[in-house]
Amino acid sequence: MTISRREFMQWSAAAAGAAAVSGCATGGGSAGKVVVIGAGYGGATAAKYIKMWAPDIDVTVVERGNEFISCPLSNLVLGGNTDIRELTYSFDGLKRRGITIVRDEATAIDAEKREVRLAGGNTLSYDRLIVSPGVEFVYSGIPGLDNADAQNRVLHAWKAGVQTIALRKQLEAMRDGGVYALHIPKAPYRCPPGPYERICQVADYFKRAKPKSKILVLDANEDLVSKKGLFLTAWNGQYKGMIEYKPNSELVDVDVKTMTAKLQFEDVKADVLNVVPPQKAGLIAEKTGLINANNRWCAVDWTTLESTAVKNVHVLADATLSGPAMPKSASMANQHAKVCAAAVIALLKGEKVNADPVMMNTCYSFVDGKNVMHVASVHTYDATQKTMVPVKGAGGVSDKASEQEGLYAWGWARNIWAEALA
Amino acid sequence: MRLIYAIPAVLAIAFSAAPAVAQDANTARSLAATCTTCHGADGISVGGVPPSLAGQNKDFLLQQLNDFKSGKRPATIMHQHARGYTDAQLAAIAGYFAAVKPGAAQSAPRAGN
Repeated sequence: MTISRREFMQWSAAAAGAAAVSGCATGGGSAGKVVVIGAGYGGATAAKYIKMWAPDIDVTVVERGNEFISCPLSNLVLGGNTDIRELTYSFDGLKRRGITIVRDEATAIDAEKREVRLAGGNTLSYDRLIVSPGVEFVYSGIPGLDNADAQNRVLHAWKAGVQTIALRKQLEAMRDGGVYALHIPKAPYRCPPGPYERICQVADYFKRAKPKSKILVLDANEDLVSKKGLFLTAWNGQYKGMIEYKPNSELVDVDVKTMTAKLQFEDVKADVLNVVPPQKAGLIAEKTGLINANNRWCAVDWTTLESTAVKNVHVLADATLSGPAMPKSASMANQHAKVCAAAVIALLKGEKVNADPVMMNTCYSFVDGKNVMHVASVHTYDATQKTMVPVKGAGGVSDKASEQEGLYAWGWARNIWAEALA
Repeated sequence: MRLIYAIPAVLAIAFSAAPAVAQDANTARSLAATCTTCHGADGISVGGVPPSLAGQNKDFLLQQLNDFKSGKRPATIMHQHARGYTDAQLAAIAGYFAAVKPGAAQSAPRAGN
């Protein structure tokens, strides 16, 4: 008799469920119930660390996807320098730790009753809720893109997965001598150096496969917002003559039929048009009233990551109103998660919360398939300003891109994936 | 031999009834956790690059951190990170990792397809 993969998966899920139940029954009283919405870099890491540091806390993660696909390094897929499967991981490691993974979508939060309602009809109760919903794209300022069909043709590829693969296919299908244009929204957006890294990756691919092609950078910002000198070294060096940078290029509309980006003072036509839209905190944050900063982001108490709008609800990562010079990055999501995990454990156990959290950031960018450069910073809590501030004299960028940092970047990736999922 | 003595010491701190001491242990744990984004959970690095910190000699670790901070030891990134921490914080980090038992790193499981 053979067992299909589907049957095997169902059997494993049942076994994992049984293990979790018996764990509760034999493990004595629970120290509290934590529900986490979203199993990205923020949510998965918070769940894992709460369980690792306090096994007597029940942890349930609600995630609508069936696997984890890394945004960091996904630009390498566009450049043909890695495969999306290298960036795709399962939630089995979290299940093995005794964390319950619920594949569903949170549709509402009742903060009074401390309940999360799921699209599937179930309700989960919590003592502490952690919301790590990532970003929602804001298409309202780009009328031509404000429908699903248009969004399937003019891609963002700013959430890794099907869009990444689809954009790679568009680049592969483009004729040699064609134009690839990338629109970058005004900061703050997810992954500040990401768009400039993407330009490098597409240039690396074109240089190999379509050397007559051109790249247009339509940046709504007045200048490159991250690692400017290092990116310009690559653009004016190994990619000389391939890239045209247009600052202050705020997008007014898109004509999908003609692949035209309508800017304030000119129209720009491309063979492959890639628009990264403006962003705000994920939908569930908005529905729950967690967005209380600039109509886009969720302000938090940085010693606990608890929302300043809703009690007993913590918000992590890209959805937060970032502190000064704090990027919306995977590294920072990982650091938010660990500060939050320690605080949630302390709060549930009636212990004192650490009043001096420290967060460290490392963002690596791939200039080509091998050479990499970083930006780094360390942030400490300023009790007077009630925010995280960068430590003066610390942090900085690479002297130059190098293969050595390429090895460190892959090492960072393997370790941050394990931090979230192993 | 160092490890055999170091681990019970840390356990004793972690389970101590004195709240102030327990809090110090948690502070060191949280400080050390800022390093593990790159160096692996509990300082055990998947693939060993960047290096594992778990179970290293405390004095050796602290010397490296101080040398990064002063610029004596050249680095791509560690000098920029080390400068973000006070001397006391670096000592707490070195002490934490020195007391962790080195072991096999757990990788994130690949999705099956």
